[in-house]
Amino acid sequence: MGTTQSGILGGRLPLKEYEDNFSDLHPPLDKHEALVASDRCYFCHDAPCMTACPTSIDIPMFIRQIATGNPIGSAKTIFDQNILGGMCARVCPTETLCEQACVRNTAEERPVEIGRLQRYATDIAMRENKQFYVRDASSGRRAAVVGAGPAGLACAHRLAVNGHDVVVYDAREKSGGLNEYGIAAYKSVDDFAQKEVDYVLSIGGIEVRHGQALGRDFSLADLAEQYDAVFLGLGLAGVNALRIEDENAEGVQDAVDFIAALRQSKTKADIPVGRRVVVLGGGMTAIDAAVQAKLLGAEEVTICYRRGKEHMNASEFEQDLATSKGVTIRHWLQPKRIALRDGRVAGIELDYTTLDNGKLTTTGETGIIAADQVFKAIGQTFEASGLGALQIEGGRIVTDAEGRTSLDKVWAGGDCVLGGEDLTVSAVAMGRDAAESINRAFAAAQPLASAVA
Amino acid sequence: MADLRNNFVGIKSPNPFWLASAPPTDKAYNVERAFKAGWGGVVWKTLGEEGPPVVNVNGPRYGAIWGADRRLLGLNNIELITDRDLYVNLREMKQVKMNWPDRALIASIMVPCEENAWKAILPLVEETGADGIELNFGCPHGMSERGMGSAVGQVPEYIEMVVRWCKQYTRMPVITKLTPNITDIRKPARAAKAGGTDAVSLINTINSITSVNLDTFSPEPSIDGRGSHGGYCGPAVKPIALNMVAEIARDPETHGLPISGIGGITTWRDAAEFLALGAGNVQVCTAAMTYGFKIVQEMISGLSDWMDAKGHRSLDDICGRAVPNVTDWQYLNLNYVTKAKIDQDACIKCGRCHIACEDTSHQAITQFVNGVRHFEVIEEECVGCNLCVDVCPVSNCIIMEPLAAGALDKRTGKPVDPNYANWTTHPNNPMARQAAE
Repeated sequence: MGTTQSGILGGRLPLKEYEDNFSDLHPPLDKHEALVASDRCYFCHDAPCMTACPTSIDIPMFIRQIATGNPIGSAKTIFDQNILGGMCARVCPTETLCEQACVRNTAEERPVEIGRLQRYATDIAMRENKQFYVRDASSGRRAAVVGAGPAGLACAHRLAVNGHDVVVYDAREKSGGLNEYGIAAYKSVDDFAQKEVDYVLSIGGIEVRHGQALGRDFSLADLAEQYDAVFLGLGLAGVNALRIEDENAEGVQDAVDFIAALRQSKTKADIPVGRRVVVLGGGMTAIDAAVQAKLLGAEEVTICYRRGKEHMNASEFEQDLATSKGVTIRHWLQPKRIALRDGRVAGIELDYTTLDNGKLTTTGETGIIAADQVFKAIGQTFEASGLGALQIEGGRIVTDAEGRTSLDKVWAGGDCVLGGEDLTVSAVAMGRDAAESINRAFAAAQPLASAVA
Repeated sequence: MADLRNNFVGIKSPNPFWLASAPPTDKAYNVERAFKAGWGGVVWKTLGEEGPPVVNVNGPRYGAIWGADRRLLGLNNIELITDRDLYVNLREMKQVKMNWPDRALIASIMVPCEENAWKAILPLVEETGADGIELNFGCPHGMSERGMGSAVGQVPEYIEMVVRWCKQYTRMPVITKLTPNITDIRKPARAAKAGGTDAVSLINTINSITSVNLDTFSPEPSIDGRGSHGGYCGPAVKPIALNMVAEIARDPETHGLPISGIGGITTWRDAAEFLALGAGNVQVCTAAMTYGFKIVQEMISGLSDWMDAKGHRSLDDICGRAVPNVTDWQYLNLNYVTKAKIDQDACIKCGRCHIACEDTSHQAITQFVNGVRHFEVIEEECVGCNLCVDVCPVSNCIIMEPLAAGALDKRTGKPVDPNYANWTTHPNNPMARQAAE
């Protein structure tokens, strides 16, 4: 028996229920399921799925390798393009990427299960600790990577493969970035993010320094001086404010902190959650917070989004997931005021909104939703210091197509970059491509003086 | 309602679907179940001569190949003829025939190539009330090493000799089962006819190794690390069987010889195709071994519904209807011109037609049109080969359209000649030139 007592409490559910609620969202395919699923792939020429993948994985090839009983070869096909293919198989919104492009949608409105097949192959290779890459002979070049998230790890790995020595700096205690701190727990069970970090780092030549924050412990100028190249994969550390009264009252929290705390908790029973929860926002963070609040035993969880369903950043699949778990999604509601009782959150007053000539306006009507906990999930911002003269635009770092910033020797990628897509897989692609760009820059530069000269 | 009653060399059955001589017809229990499910007849699993029965291997007897979703496409077996006592089989056959007088019951027989062996067994079989006998000259594995089965079927003189003995020593109709493991199927068919056979049945199974175990390097099915070739059957052999049936049906020497069609028949369509190519009825095994006896109900209803839809009233209306249309390559109309056409609404844009044509054929299908992924036939290049149709995953998405007489063939730049013309009269044919001179 759980409890529906008011207030923000941990332990709302029996332990067993936490375990069930936070188990794998999509259980892995077994061998038979994988063979049946892979049989459905047509091995398309110039396959639309491959074009839709930000990392351009040769999907028909890796699926054919599964179908022919070669999951290890399949994993290599995946890792060749995306060394974080294991996590991407779990968290990619495949329904808007590869699986949306699958020609089987046209044929029978049911795509090949590309994501789950990718997980099948990568799981086998990682379980067997199959290492596909050997480092090139040492180039003598050193690169710094700031941020051990998807972009930074992908960049560091590719640099290491090319024979360069890499030092990764990360402000947190663990590597992985959003993979470790920012994804719903049921998408990355069994400490997968750390296992993947270990798998990636086992290439060698990569040193990770934790608790090292740019702007606090070192500056970009320091790195540029010490290293031959710098890659910034900083992510988005800041959170947008509601800009309403009492938004810092007890019971109002950032959804990203809640999600991070959940990921770091073993049992989840220690994570307090309200009886009635309101989540403000329309993206993946809002969904992840709302679904997990519900799974923690909240009686009532409501997502409030200030625009319509069609404007939500969360995919259709994620919205359906939320509603299937009992989350209510309401649209055209914008926070107006936090209602307090005894200095704590008791509810939230919202303005009804509408579009007026394409501009969002309030209608004048308001409503109140009772809540003992309110999560803010209205977007993250790039927050960094110590960047010196680095060109920033729209609050993000400006780069060219291969990740070069305005500064010599400095590259950037992932969410912190202008035009970033807020996707793990895009961050991986940018990190990987920046590494290739750095590699080309090294090759083009004067060769290092040899030791005997 | 179409009349599916079958009269094959005087043997009557309520429908043309017989179970072939094989594991499913090894004993009364199975055959009773088959008749209950609706099979028109069975050819009892091959009887051997009196004495200690043959023995089978005690490891795996079957190997297979599969298509998508592990659909069984081809099966191979190394099982021998019945390994039960002759008299047990005869007793059961007699009882089953009494229980099911309206169904056909045929005895398959394989005894050594000696007159006395055949002379001895035929009266015993006759006594069961069986409707006919089928001479197993087909089994390619095991028994052939002992001078029986396909070892007989591969020597036309032996076929003729044994058929003659059988016609001499029994009043029962004789069906001679042919092996496909020969070069020209017409030779054994002619020999059987010369010996006086009432009918031929074909094909028996094809010599095969289905796969090799890549851990042990043993052929499959593997018996203690070694394998032997087995007899191949199932959907994969149907095209081979259809051709052999047609060859016999259109051979002037054997034309009109009743044929019981066998080889990969899995659906009513397969059966109808065999009938159209000259078979008087069909025998089925692998489909039953894959799905159970109930599939005959689909075959019966499918054949019946198709006949009703087409206005065919009895099997005689369809038997052999396709035979006149089977010809030699040299008589094919070279003035018949087709072009592939892709239905853009049905196209799912997999690109397989393009890459098949681009890499392996005539570069006649686009990949991009105006920068957009779009698959379209380039008529100037299309030779009408049909490969795109065959590799397209969507049926009827690509069709071959004949050009009307007089229409411009964009590939040759010439109008389509309305007259039939074949290789025998073509100017490039040296033989044709000689004839003209």
